[in-house]
Amino acid sequence: MSAAARITTARGQRPVRRGATRGIRSATLTIVAVAIGAVVLVPFVRWALVDARWTGTADDCRREGVGACWAFIGHKLPFIFFGLYPPAERWRPALATIVIVALVIATMLPLFWRRWLVAAWIVALGLFLWLMGGGGTLPHVATQQWGGFPITMMLTVLGLGVGLPIGILLALGRRSRLTVPRLTATTIVEVVRGVPLVAVLYLSVLVVPLALSTGVEIDKLLLAQAGVAVFAGAYLAEAVRGGLQMVPPRRLDAARALGLTRWQSMRLVVLPEALRIVIPAFISIAVGFFQDTSLIVIIGLFDLLNTARLAAQDPAWLGFHTEAYVFVGAVYFAGSALVSRYGLWLERRMATSTRRT
Amino acid sequence: MTVSRAHGLLASLALAGIAACSSGAAGDVAGASAGAHRGQGGTLSAVRARGAVKCGITQGAGFATADDSGRWRGFDVDFCRALAVAIFGDTSKVQLVPFTQQQRFSGLQSGEVDLLVNGSSVTSSRALERNFHFGPVYFYDGQGFLTPKSSKVARAAQLDGATVCVQQGTTTELNLADFARKNGISFKPVVMEDLRGAVGALASGRCDAISQDGAGLATTRTMLRNPNEYVILPDRISKEPIAPVLRFGDDQWLEVVNWVFRAPVEAEEFGISRATVARAAQSSDPSVRRFLGLEPGVTDGFGLNARWTYNVIAAIGNYGEIFDRNLGPKTPLGMERGLNKLWSDGGLMYSPPFR
Repeated sequence: MSAAARITTARGQRPVRRGATRGIRSATLTIVAVAIGAVVLVPFVRWALVDARWTGTADDCRREGVGACWAFIGHKLPFIFFGLYPPAERWRPALATIVIVALVIATMLPLFWRRWLVAAWIVALGLFLWLMGGGGTLPHVATQQWGGFPITMMLTVLGLGVGLPIGILLALGRRSRLTVPRLTATTIVEVVRGVPLVAVLYLSVLVVPLALSTGVEIDKLLLAQAGVAVFAGAYLAEAVRGGLQMVPPRRLDAARALGLTRWQSMRLVVLPEALRIVIPAFISIAVGFFQDTSLIVIIGLFDLLNTARLAAQDPAWLGFHTEAYVFVGAVYFAGSALVSRYGLWLERRMATSTRRT
Repeated sequence: MTVSRAHGLLASLALAGIAACSSGAAGDVAGASAGAHRGQGGTLSAVRARGAVKCGITQGAGFATADDSGRWRGFDVDFCRALAVAIFGDTSKVQLVPFTQQQRFSGLQSGEVDLLVNGSSVTSSRALERNFHFGPVYFYDGQGFLTPKSSKVARAAQLDGATVCVQQGTTTELNLADFARKNGISFKPVVMEDLRGAVGALASGRCDAISQDGAGLATTRTMLRNPNEYVILPDRISKEPIAPVLRFGDDQWLEVVNWVFRAPVEAEEFGISRATVARAAQSSDPSVRRFLGLEPGVTDGFGLNARWTYNVIAAIGNYGEIFDRNLGPKTPLGMERGLNKLWSDGGLMYSPPFR
């Protein structure tokens, strides 16, 4: 989009005038930026770094009372990351998170783009659920006690992981020549994309239990996870459809001419190329969902944001909610920034590799 | 006395019907099918079959928060645990289900929890229109004012002309207007989207006072950088009686909740605390002996352990202990008992006799 915008401006203005106005405009922009920096950034840095207190108790923080109280974050860090999980078992969510994060990093590197990666994902997700929930030698921990960063990671990763096959199916369905699959896929995609995630979460938690009778108890976390997966599916479907449209029809004709069936040519020729095109869109959707998972606060589940809020309500540490929000914001920012930088790197790398062929 | 487990499950399914439809007609049908066990809904049997009480809570400082190790603590949580002790003799046999204010009633109605202990006020519309039962009031709250000590205001009526910060979209502003009209004074209300903003406004002097529920005022006061320079005025300009909320149509469960919530109050009236309950059990005072389940026919209904009152006091403590531990002057919230004193000390806490 930025590239497109740049082209229009360049075409829309004459070079001479552009040179003259650019000086004034950039000078104004610089002054405005410096002014904003001075007004916003300086007090923030003073609060967050210069006057901040890094160790001690809540009373120490209140006595000084000017800067941020990072001692609060330090004290509550295990709780913010793992929530209500039994303290003696906190190594389990920690290990489970490491497994998932390691696999996400492996998946991001083209070096590991092999067939066994899918198997590795299935094994890792099984391991994650076993570590979190228990069973066998590990004591059982109910999902009500899961919380913090592992929940945020699980909702994002499992949501996108389950959402991708759903999205591919919906995209293929939408481009199908048969009426029933096409209408079904189109309806699902349009309805889900036309409703906010908050509404779907409310609906699944308030209406589904009322519609089913008591006794049948559906796990709230499962409902939320299903909601996120369907949502991711609908959004990914549109991205995949875009990718499919960008593959020239000649490819399909060529594959058919070689004697491949329609399904084979779709699976072996068209889809691999389409999915490659879709990777940048996939990454931006992933970053979006990473942040959107925090919406589960409204249905009383404890993701990273909600455990931080809960930590700030401890009577012993009342008054440090700003620190809690800033800290969680920093974690989300770090995660999102890393992934989008990676997206840029990958785009550049793929551009060169396409040129080479 | 005890409903058989199989029958209890049937009854609970019938109740599920009521809960799901919440219409009068469905209630009649279920009532007829319950037959001889009229009024004995299946909640208690369902709780026993599950092995835990499911208690709906709403997070709030002093009422329901998690400590560093992730264990729920607070005033509401202690009452949930008291139920677990009364039924199972074990504080851990409780599942605490956190709800937001928006979900709480549908969570109760759908049967996701057995009751709410989450700071809901008793109101006529909730009982008559929405068909919820309320247990005993275990916390009397009301809207009050927080002012800086430097303003030297002792009573709310002296706040004539004051700028008062209130939260958006609550009845707080209406209560404020009613109070002003009744006392012939005027306020300049400043409506804040979020009370965190009000904390800053009070600290900077943009507001002369903050008005909200008493429990909220205690939290707000603690959030200020120098809480000791602010005071909560004694006036309460609205009534917020906080009670456990139950589904309609299960009298047996209602009575269990009623008496479990009354036991800590009765214990305080007798002067029995966690530390002294063992000694009290040796007492020859017949009323104390009846209360602690040492005489038959007083506390042993519904298949409860006759000594459940003893167990509750030994595990959770009396009302005063629960209050002091979670909300009282020694906690960061520093709340006064106020209306929640025993009736004999000028408050409203009064337990019907265990007899």
